[in-house]
Amino acid sequence: MQIPAPFDYVRATTVDNALELLARYGPESRVVAGGHSLLPMMKLRLSRPEWLIDINDLYELDFILRDGNKLRVGALTRHTTLLESEEVAALFPIVRDAEQVIADPVVRNRGTIGGSLCQADPAEDLSTVCDVLAAEAVIRGTGGERILPMAEFHRGPYETAVGPDELLCELRFPVRPRSGSAYEKVERRVGDWAVGAAGAAVFLAEDGTVEDAAVGLTALGLDHPVAEAAGVLRGKRPDEGLFAEAGRAAAAACNPVADQRGPVDYKRHLADELTRRVLRRACARAAAQMQEG
Amino acid sequence: MQISMTVNGTEVTSEIEPRVLLVHYIREVLGLTGTHWGCDTSNCGTCVVLMDGQPVKSCTVLAAMAAGHDIRTVEGLATGGTLDPVQQGFMEEHGLQCGFCTPGMMLTARALLDKNPHPGDSEIRQAISGQICRCTGYATIVRSVQWAAAHPAGGAGEDTAAGDAVEGTDTALEDTAQDTEVKA
Repeated sequence: MQIPAPFDYVRATTVDNALELLARYGPESRVVAGGHSLLPMMKLRLSRPEWLIDINDLYELDFILRDGNKLRVGALTRHTTLLESEEVAALFPIVRDAEQVIADPVVRNRGTIGGSLCQADPAEDLSTVCDVLAAEAVIRGTGGERILPMAEFHRGPYETAVGPDELLCELRFPVRPRSGSAYEKVERRVGDWAVGAAGAAVFLAEDGTVEDAAVGLTALGLDHPVAEAAGVLRGKRPDEGLFAEAGRAAAAACNPVADQRGPVDYKRHLADELTRRVLRRACARAAAQMQEG
Repeated sequence: MQISMTVNGTEVTSEIEPRVLLVHYIREVLGLTGTHWGCDTSNCGTCVVLMDGQPVKSCTVLAAMAAGHDIRTVEGLATGGTLDPVQQGFMEEHGLQCGFCTPGMMLTARALLDKNPHPGDSEIRQAISGQICRCTGYATIVRSVQWAAAHPAGGAGEDTAAGDAVEGTDTALEDTAQDTEVKA
């Protein structure tokens, strides 16, 4: 039987209250939302917080809100909510692509976008999604609020810029016209960690060439978008040859490790092939959005 | 710490350690052993219960986190002496062999049908994709859920198919009773 080590439990009532509790109990306290990463780690004693601060009652962090040219998503938004949101799917189809393959449907009922990003597992899908969509992370502490681009939010595996007395409250996604995005993952079975995955966001110019693009990889040894792939795409007209070139750039840039999910050359192959596929789909979606006007 | 929650419609209050997982609270404190405890790592899904109507893996929820919420276990599926159509469906279509995954499967099926009364086979398979049947009886599980979808009133339905089903069930129960006698 796997049982966490003893801890004290407290339920936060508001964001301000959660921040007070974090300040009071210090670095030995941990925030729990869905708990589907933290509780297994606590059972294995990989994590032994003295205080667990439950933020599941912070309904103020559970929202999806269009605000001008931004889509604001509260950190406590569940995976299931993101998956089922028609607004999110219309603006950022990559989110639905990714959510369909995050864990399994029952786990998605509990897990949250904020929890996934803060866990910062190298095989975690929404980090790649947020990277390619150029999301911003809204982090609050007792001293106030700061807004970071994803490049500054990430600090490597299992680390983020969120301090021990801070709370990730919101993600903000810029809404751009003539855009398309897509995500695809290879996993051994439902709910397993990714063997590899790729995400892409493409923004077309009015003449149909690529104005800007971002390609990101999951579980393939990169924690930032593939700049080389974006460089290949910019200013060009999307076609199979271009997708192949970007795929080769992604394969060259990634840095996978061999494990029971596959050897390095197979994972490089995935980086290449999945990059082509997500670019193909993202460009088709952007073109369709242009036609709809 | 003291927690209160609603379990199968009844308000319960207990004094527990914060580290007690919901599955152990349900089984050991409340004595409701219909909820099974399997892998302990939120992979197998046999511990699924409904929390505010949504399936959750109770080995990865603290009892403390469930406080104030509405929990439904397999014991809460039948109403009065009448089986939920999902339970009836698992009997009609042989949705179980060893029965270990069954409580979780049935609760996920109940939640699916509450949301989507006429799911396709692929939607059923998707819904139970976080749950493992090591008898590999997935085909019959899908058929069981489809039976429940086709018989929303369960065995009490007025159509012929449902009437036949009730007779079949009676036979099955008698068989079980005979088996028990023989073994005794």
